[in-house]
Amino acid sequence: MPHINLPKEFPGIRSLFVYRPETAGPLNDLVQTLLHNPHPTLSAGERELIATYVSGLNTCKYCCSIHGAIAQHQLGNDAEIVKQVLDNPDTAPISSKMKALLKIAAHVQSGGKNVTSADVELARKEGATDIEIHDAVLIAAAFCMYNRYVDGLATWQPDDAALYDKMGEQRAREGYHTAPFKVAEVVD
Amino acid sequence: MAHIKLLNEELPGIVGLLNYRTDTGKALTDLAELLLRGPSSLSSGEREIIAASVSYWNGCHFCHTSHAAAAAAHLKSGLSLIDDIKAGLPETPVSDKLRALLHIAHQVQRNGKNVTEEDVAAARENGATDMEIHDTVLIAAAFCMYNRYVDGLSTWAPGPNEAYAEMGERMAHVGYGKF
Repeated sequence: MPHINLPKEFPGIRSLFVYRPETAGPLNDLVQTLLHNPHPTLSAGERELIATYVSGLNTCKYCCSIHGAIAQHQLGNDAEIVKQVLDNPDTAPISSKMKALLKIAAHVQSGGKNVTSADVELARKEGATDIEIHDAVLIAAAFCMYNRYVDGLATWQPDDAALYDKMGEQRAREGYHTAPFKVAEVVD
Repeated sequence: MAHIKLLNEELPGIVGLLNYRTDTGKALTDLAELLLRGPSSLSSGEREIIAASVSYWNGCHFCHTSHAAAAAAHLKSGLSLIDDIKAGLPETPVSDKLRALLHIAHQVQRNGKNVTEEDVAAARENGATDMEIHDTVLIAAAFCMYNRYVDGLSTWAPGPNEAYAEMGERMAHVGYGKF
């Protein structure tokens, strides 16, 4: 049960967005800008993989499941890539540049100072630009916030892969600013 | 030196990052302005103490010192508050409610799942409302982001407490995103 009295129709961060719409504004603007808006070089699917991977490291079921589903829909409905990234990025079917960016993301997750010059040099050697390094750090940092927000208030996190797939398909298509559907209606 | 080439290398901490990418910068400052200076039953001084404490626990010198200086500006306590936050606030008058909320913030800093029903019940017994518990969790979570952003890109930060006095006054009384 959530630690505070949240709307029951929506899971995870969506229940918090309905509870406190003022803070939902900038939180949604940030995720839309980082993950969905056009980017010079990183695809939306690649950015969603970073969000999914960090959410997995923070063991946030809701964020890991929903961003994994969004990533899957952004990456040609390929569930295998998401599964392998969560399992071990080094052996996943992704670019060497993405592997280096995920290593930076993992170090951000365990503590910002853990990102070393060697991590950054490796990413550069694999072709990463400054804006890609910046965005990998900020996406990882932002999910250290979203994950703690969702888990810290003990939000409802359904255990239903088909539900995350349906929500993920909507977000992959529409981005983050459109209204969510009432999950309780789908479950009933 | 920062891990990436910033547009203005003289800007310290997060300021150089907000200036590097202004679209994400706007969302980040809008959030800080709402959480720390927006309408709330917690005073801005109390909210800045939560932000500064979480930043200290995360080992982020720039965020800890600047937000502690902002708390000092709100509370007119003097800059000794910066070191008092490091010590767990032995010298600062802090309500039992704020102490309970700081405990929740510390649990969030480690991991969201560490917040227990007992932690929340203790805050309620000391008078905390649902919205205050919500905002405490979100402030703590948000500083787990800001701190990692600032340190993860290895930004430059002034050393001594005194170097943050004017910055703290501006954060407290002018606001975020208005520099």
